[in-house]
Amino acid sequence: MTGLREALDSGRFVVTAELAPPRDADPGAVERKAAALRGWVDAANVTDSQGANVRMSSLAGSVLVRRAGLDPVMQLTCRDRNRIALQSDLLGAAALGVRNVLLLTGDHPTLGDHPDAKPVFDLDGVQLVWTARTLRDDGTLLSGKPLATRPSWLIGTVENPFAPPAALRARRLAKKVAAGAEFVQTQYVFDVDAFAGWLGLLRDEGVNERCAVIAGVGPIRSRRMLSFLTGRVPGVHVPDGLRRRLAGVPEHRVEEEGMRACVETVQALAALDGVRGVHLMVFGHEDEVPDIVRRAGVRHAAAREGGG
Amino acid sequence: MGVERIRPVRPRVPATLAYALHRLLARNGAYRRLAAYVERHPVLYRAFTAGERVTKERLFGCRMCGQCALPTTGYACPMTCPKQLRNGPCGGVSPDGSCEVDRTRTCVWVTAWTRAEGAARGADLDLLQRPVDNRQWTRSSWVNYWQGRDEGLSVAHDAEDPRPVMVDRT
Ligand code: SF4
Repeated sequence: MTGLREALDSGRFVVTAELAPPRDADPGAVERKAAALRGWVDAANVTDSQGANVRMSSLAGSVLVRRAGLDPVMQLTCRDRNRIALQSDLLGAAALGVRNVLLLTGDHPTLGDHPDAKPVFDLDGVQLVWTARTLRDDGTLLSGKPLATRPSWLIGTVENPFAPPAALRARRLAKKVAAGAEFVQTQYVFDVDAFAGWLGLLRDEGVNERCAVIAGVGPIRSRRMLSFLTGRVPGVHVPDGLRRRLAGVPEHRVEEEGMRACVETVQALAALDGVRGVHLMVFGHEDEVPDIVRRAGVRHAAAREGGG
Repeated sequence: MGVERIRPVRPRVPATLAYALHRLLARNGAYRRLAAYVERHPVLYRAFTAGERVTKERLFGCRMCGQCALPTTGYACPMTCPKQLRNGPCGGVSPDGSCEVDRTRTCVWVTAWTRAEGAARGADLDLLQRPVDNRQWTRSSWVNYWQGRDEGLSVAHDAEDPRPVMVDRT
């Protein structure tokens, strides 16, 4: 199966998409989403109870995605597991053929559907990246005990270029790269100019050569989603220009305008030096991914066939 | 530990004063001997630890993790971060710098960055911080520090060592 690693190695523009597992035990839901994405993306991120809302585990979801012929990126957070469980899940994922992991701190439980849960956060996101690299490259657990068979996944992380303190954000990614991150998927980019500024800082830090930057993008579908994104989702910044643009059209045309803005953002990002791809966040609308990819013109027919 | 509600605390002493205090308390042979002596005497150790707790709780909101990160964080305690992050801010800091978990408080890492940068110590935040040893909670960080046990807590990454090892087997 070709996937994220091969796409990055080939040097072409990479497309990944988010795939949230269902809130129940239905494997069919994952298979249907994977089928909608197959051939249009290089890999699908399987989220780990995103927003601290319980979903089918990302490990199970990743295995199902793989079975459906798509390369999964297993997301794993520090929110619910201590270092024993984290290492155990990382090894389990490798054994089950998961070839990419995306390691992050995770949202706080108080923001999700079980606010009464105990927050774990035994490690932080940087330390989890570092742990994965230790398992793979040094071939040991955090205890120092050796691994006879080492995992070989590609290690990824996340960063939010727009959250304060702005001056620290590029350096924080540099730290994650030192810990072992080989690719980064960013929070939603709506403001391409601000993003280009961050890329400049990354170049100064020498991060671009060691870590593939994949920019997070997604369409705003309605005024409700706009206010949700600006108010409730931590770390998302929608610039005034886009807000005015969506406010300037009647409600029934917001969806089309949001989609158009999204396609334009993808194209603008693809033209930037130092952007290796885009990560599409469509929240359950996997069927929209082919449309975005096609309209943005970021994927060639040959790649589409190869992806399946 | 861990189940109480953890909220970012803004230090009550200016960073410059804290850095100056640190110079007073910096490791040396005398402190090392004192620490070893205190540790051998349980009653003394309890009294000493209680003193440390009262002082650092008041000044920094210290939660007694026993492995003090303050000298590398502009003296803003990362253990008051609701997510216990030791390596810098999460992606959820809001545009006004408030914490994603408690919008009435400033993210402790925003505070740390501002204070460290103001004292020309911003590079401290680039250090890779190793995971805490959870056995050290409620122990005296000063006794640990003076005896050199904090040596491996963090490591710098630079051109010479772009990918430092995590598991220090020295
Ligand atoms: S915003 Fe994030 S990093 Fe800052 S104190 Fe809150 S949880 Fe911790």
